[in-house]
Amino acid sequence: MTLAALASDFTRVLGDDSVITERAALRTYECDGLTAYRCIPGLVVLPRTTAQVSYVVRRCHEESVPFVARGSGTGLSGGALPMETGVLIVMSRMTNVRAVDIEDERAVVEPGVVNLELSRRAAPHGYFYAPDPSSQQVCSIGGNVAENSGGAHCLKYGFTAHHVTGLEVVLPDGTVEKLGGYAPDPVGYDLIGAFVGSEGTLGIATEVTVRLMRAPESVRTLLAAFRTMDDAGAAVSAIIGAGILPAAIEMMDALSIEAAEAAVACGYPAGAGAVLIVELDGPAAQVEADGSAVEDHCSAAGAFELRLAVDDAERAQVWRGRKSAFAAVGRISADYIVQDGVVPRTALAEVLGDIAALASSTGIRVANVFHAGDGNLHPLVLFDESKGETERAEEVSTRILELCLEHGGSITGEHGVGHDKKKQMSRMFTADDLDVMQLVRCAFDPASLCNPGKVFPTPRLCGERPGRRTGAHPLQEAGVADVF
Amino acid sequence: MSSDAVTVTPESTADLADAMRAVEADDARVSIRGAGTKQGWGALSRETSVVIETTRLARVIEHATGDLVLTVEAGARLTDVQNAVAAHGQRLALDPPERDATIGGVVASAASGPWRLRYGTPRDQLIGITVVLADGTIAKSGGKVVKNVAGYDLGKLFTGSFGTLGAIASVTVKLQPIPPAMRIVSVAADEPGAVWAAVARSTAEPTAVEWDGRTVHVLVEGAHAAVEAIASTLAGSLGTTTITDTLPATFGARPWSPGEIGIKLTHRLSALDTAVAALRRELPGARLSAHVGSGVVWAGWPVADVASARAAVEALRTVGSTVVVDAPFEVKQAVDVWGPVAAVSLMRRIKDQFDPDHRLNPGRFVDGI
Repeated sequence: MTLAALASDFTRVLGDDSVITERAALRTYECDGLTAYRCIPGLVVLPRTTAQVSYVVRRCHEESVPFVARGSGTGLSGGALPMETGVLIVMSRMTNVRAVDIEDERAVVEPGVVNLELSRRAAPHGYFYAPDPSSQQVCSIGGNVAENSGGAHCLKYGFTAHHVTGLEVVLPDGTVEKLGGYAPDPVGYDLIGAFVGSEGTLGIATEVTVRLMRAPESVRTLLAAFRTMDDAGAAVSAIIGAGILPAAIEMMDALSIEAAEAAVACGYPAGAGAVLIVELDGPAAQVEADGSAVEDHCSAAGAFELRLAVDDAERAQVWRGRKSAFAAVGRISADYIVQDGVVPRTALAEVLGDIAALASSTGIRVANVFHAGDGNLHPLVLFDESKGETERAEEVSTRILELCLEHGGSITGEHGVGHDKKKQMSRMFTADDLDVMQLVRCAFDPASLCNPGKVFPTPRLCGERPGRRTGAHPLQEAGVADVF
Repeated sequence: MSSDAVTVTPESTADLADAMRAVEADDARVSIRGAGTKQGWGALSRETSVVIETTRLARVIEHATGDLVLTVEAGARLTDVQNAVAAHGQRLALDPPERDATIGGVVASAASGPWRLRYGTPRDQLIGITVVLADGTIAKSGGKVVKNVAGYDLGKLFTGSFGTLGAIASVTVKLQPIPPAMRIVSVAADEPGAVWAAVARSTAEPTAVEWDGRTVHVLVEGAHAAVEAIASTLAGSLGTTTITDTLPATFGARPWSPGEIGIKLTHRLSALDTAVAALRRELPGARLSAHVGSGVVWAGWPVADVASARAAVEALRTVGSTVVVDAPFEVKQAVDVWGPVAAVSLMRRIKDQFDPDHRLNPGRFVDGI
């Protein structure tokens, strides 16, 4: 069956306004937040109900047509990159908040609900939803589930996987399954754990039950300015070493501070080679005790200015520079790549030194903004395409990931593998590791139709045993896949 | 297992893989175990001719103290791990009461204790895992950094899988700083629901809230300068003046003894008293305890007879998910210990992918897996 025939089938069942076939309209969906990769989808559907999602997926399965799910499209790894020969299922019309049950500390939402909406609904009751990716004003919960999104405050609160207690999912054959719910510890294999963070390759979440948390009594946000990154790094080590667990510790270097000043005039202390934002939250007495200890550690490490945000307005001002940093580098560079890598926290200083050396030897500037508390780096690789720097910038960006791996880290802390980093998966994992992961894929999606070509460098035929591949890969021989 | 089963005690991941390959070559079935503290948990295993015991696979591979990350082989005892990291002011935030348990066993059974309120369960501590499949394939997922989304999370899939997908060779877990001070606020309560409602409304952020059938104990941890103030405020709102700085001996203990039925009932948080009432009604004379605020109530019941055990469990399943955790042989034979399971056909497909010949801990898990 052709996509055109599927399109008329979907139009009949979902209605005219839920199917897009016009090339100009399809182009809207050609990429996600990683715009370097583009592909105009063969067909776009915008279902409103679980039954519609199930119908679309079942028909795709019956006709062996690949499909990709997409939320708000803010992903930064090309995880929602569509396929020319496939159907893109856009979940942004499923936006109902089905329940907010404070006494159960749970909310039930459809996947198109925007992350921040959850905390907005919970706030009047004194509760909040903890995962706070920086795109939280626009990113959807369904996308958060796919990517296992974190955020600045995941140092204390963990990631999406720690906050999802129930899922309704449409499996890649169209079957609808309810996993977990309000109660903890669902019996059997932890399918929610397997699904969250699977980057849309194991099915499509159509309902998400999340944990709501009691809002902390007190929040204290400190901005500390240092002459050097080393000093700021020493402060981070001292804070963590003292057994203090802040909600967030963020670091910015001179170049990213410069960019943020140019963009939003955040007013960070002049002459800072690095700033730290340390946010503590919890019971007032605890925050008070930790707060003075944090200030002491920062001063001892050489902080030349400490600013304590005393109210929400001041807190917003402190965070403004940090939250605008990615976009702000556009002020100081024609083009840039946002990288996402992780190193053990204790390796931060060394890796930052290596990145600085790399920048000076290649002439490609790198601005550093990162979640210092958990070692998650977001180097911004600055370049000018019109000066022919693209290739060198990509090399620098790749080399940074290699540095992360050399220090025992990861190629992605929160942006995901998607389309962008599947080649690097082979650097981080052995062929057996990847084959065994793909056993999970084979259990969920034996026909390999659900967001195919993402996460794994080499697709595998279900039924092969791990580690027993001989000769060329069958999919490769068949001309279906390339091996990276 | 059969009485003449061969026991193998691998000392390395490579040994473990060799043992698995030997099992496959012999077309045998195998029981995988750690210290054996929870051999009574789960459904009855079908007969196996080989036992793989991980207790000699027990090295600490790396304790990155500054990173609060520990990589340890599966057979290391939780108590030994806690002692080792405590020397650096750290702890693994898992406190199931089976103190001789191995770390692999804790992960494989998803065993948890009071601290789960603040820190979650084993799935939430795990940041990396190395497993050996039934055919000897060694595979890892995750890593040794606390933030990492590269690849599928096999650790979560293996957590609570009761050894039916493969043997856990080693795990990497995050550690937590040991808080300098603690207070326990205690309040008598026949039914813990109202106490929980008050704790939930407070902003004390307790580490644990445990009910032992008579009293709710709220564990508050933090800085020396903070815990007294937090505990006093909390005590005031709970209408008690009992504040101590030592945990009661029974804190977190499972409420059953050998030979009794141990039951775990999970519930939505607002239904705590409903769950307690159902357990009292269906299991007369049972001892109860609860991880209050986590949605878990435990019961220990001296067995009357198999038929009434079966009837009671059936009745409890209309209230919430009810697992017969531990029970005498005759009860396990007669009762569906796991109860109804969502998406069980998908779980079977996962089992078929990981252990296609169904060699590992056969029958122990849900639906005969």
